[in-house]
Amino acid sequence: MIELIDVKKVFNQGKPNEFVAIDGVSLFIEANHVTVFKGPSGSGKTTLLSLIGAMARPTSGRIKVMEREITSLPERFLTEVRRKVFGFIFQQFNLVRGVSVLENVMLPAYPLEEGYASLKKRAMGLLDLFGVVNKAPSKVEWLSGGEAQRVAIARALINNPSVIIADEPTGNLDSKLSQEFMDTLGRLKEDRRTILISSHDPIVHESPIAEKVILVRDGRVVDT
Amino acid sequence: MKNWIERQKKIIDFTLSSLLRRKGKNGALILVYTLVVFLLASVMFFVQALKREASLVLKGAPEMIVQRVVVGRNDSIPLDYADRIKEIRGVASVKGRLWGYYYDPVTGANYTFMVPEESPPEKGRITIGKGVSRARFIDEEDEMEFRAFDGVIFNLTVGQVFSSESELISSDLVLVSEDDFRRLFGTGKDRATDLVLRIRNPRELSVIAQKIAELLPDTRVILREEILRTYDMVFNWRGGLTVVILFGGLMAFAILAWDKASGLSAEERREIGILKAIGWETSDVILMKFWEGTAISLSSFFVGILLAYVHVFFLSGALFEPVLKGWAVLYPKYKLVPFISAYQLGTLFFLTVVPYTVATIVPSWRAATIDPDSVMRG
Repeated sequence: MIELIDVKKVFNQGKPNEFVAIDGVSLFIEANHVTVFKGPSGSGKTTLLSLIGAMARPTSGRIKVMEREITSLPERFLTEVRRKVFGFIFQQFNLVRGVSVLENVMLPAYPLEEGYASLKKRAMGLLDLFGVVNKAPSKVEWLSGGEAQRVAIARALINNPSVIIADEPTGNLDSKLSQEFMDTLGRLKEDRRTILISSHDPIVHESPIAEKVILVRDGRVVDT
Repeated sequence: MKNWIERQKKIIDFTLSSLLRRKGKNGALILVYTLVVFLLASVMFFVQALKREASLVLKGAPEMIVQRVVVGRNDSIPLDYADRIKEIRGVASVKGRLWGYYYDPVTGANYTFMVPEESPPEKGRITIGKGVSRARFIDEEDEMEFRAFDGVIFNLTVGQVFSSESELISSDLVLVSEDDFRRLFGTGKDRATDLVLRIRNPRELSVIAQKIAELLPDTRVILREEILRTYDMVFNWRGGLTVVILFGGLMAFAILAWDKASGLSAEERREIGILKAIGWETSDVILMKFWEGTAISLSSFFVGILLAYVHVFFLSGALFEPVLKGWAVLYPKYKLVPFISAYQLGTLFFLTVVPYTVATIVPSWRAATIDPDSVMRG
């Protein structure tokens, strides 16, 4: 499904503050599995996820998504891959403040050609699925942490991606909400989606739904 | 095509709700923007309408005027000059005109006295413009007192006051009979203020002008084109003067707009990062910023134009009167005939809407080309 071959990511290359974030990682991630990247802060988990999710390019090495090499794709095509294949859930939720919950969920599909009415129907369906449909007209800053995360999940699913990437998803949640989140991911897995999570939260990597836990340290895969 | 429209509609929709989030900031910007467009458009409309009015008035003016000049100043012209000019080939007719400026110490205003060619007032009666009527608080059948060239005071009765439609040109006008004019200004029976000529073939104008200058060296010839040109220059100069004053305001606006448009706030940068991370392309972000710039500049443009239209054509350009109409004491009260050219609107559009929209897009483009993974780092 997703393959990384000797991937390296260097920030500020050639400058005095050069920093190697990912140092020659090779990996194979299976489809329809839940894979958790575990490791301390600064170990390179987030960078690894952003490389896999076509948000950034590696300094060297190759990344293949569904047999297709994405490393050398021009920006436009990279965006298309990001839009069609991946759905992102961020630690800070990254919802757009000041606009409604409904609009936030619809946002990833705005540049696409689907009509407004059918898009709205799908967005409402997703909000309903996660129990926040009554919050549709509310501004996102009025939501509680758990509600904001459910909205973020609904947004990640609006373009019906096959891979969900969640970066420290329980970082801002208490234990109960973290458990709820893992249950939600379990449902998504049953939907035959591939799920990649970065976390140093035991609730996540000790969860029964986590089929593969990859330990990352100093930009390298230490243990799988 | 339908899909393309759908995409635009959704992005415009988001742009508008995005704009509404910063009501205060965007509202202030629109206000200043509208004011600048309003001022610029007002000057343009006013100057153009006045120029047009003047050229319409001058259309009926004689092709050529001959004045007598004594040591560089106008003097009355002997009527026998007319007979000599008539002999020049190509001259269709020559007529003497009687007109002059009268300074009224009571109001501090200058009136233009004139003996009309057709149906002049009866002896002892005058027709006056609205401006004169207002300045002296007089109306029809009232008497008006004048001091003649020799200091003798005599009264004339107001027979008629001009209608307000013609006020722009008749505000300071006093029509008088030939006898009264001569008595007031001390112009002899054998003299006129100037001579007006009709020429058979307009192409011969300059040749005839040259012949007159040779025949009568103490005269000067004024062509209608020269008057039109002078009017044009006067209005352009005054319009230009106002634009120079406005330039300060325009520069201040440019700085404000540039700062607003180019200096994306941290919040806006973060938002662009989010949009890119969730699947927007650089071009989608630029499209959104384009619609944002267009929404602000177009609405300001249209409101500004509309306000300027009302200001110039319904309120007679109340703000610019003192500068554009000169330093006359008798301000005419009038309504300009609405006249707007596509050229004017186009110029204004390119001066205001285009620079702002460009100023919005360029920094967004720079922000939109950053890697979307920046949002993952908080």
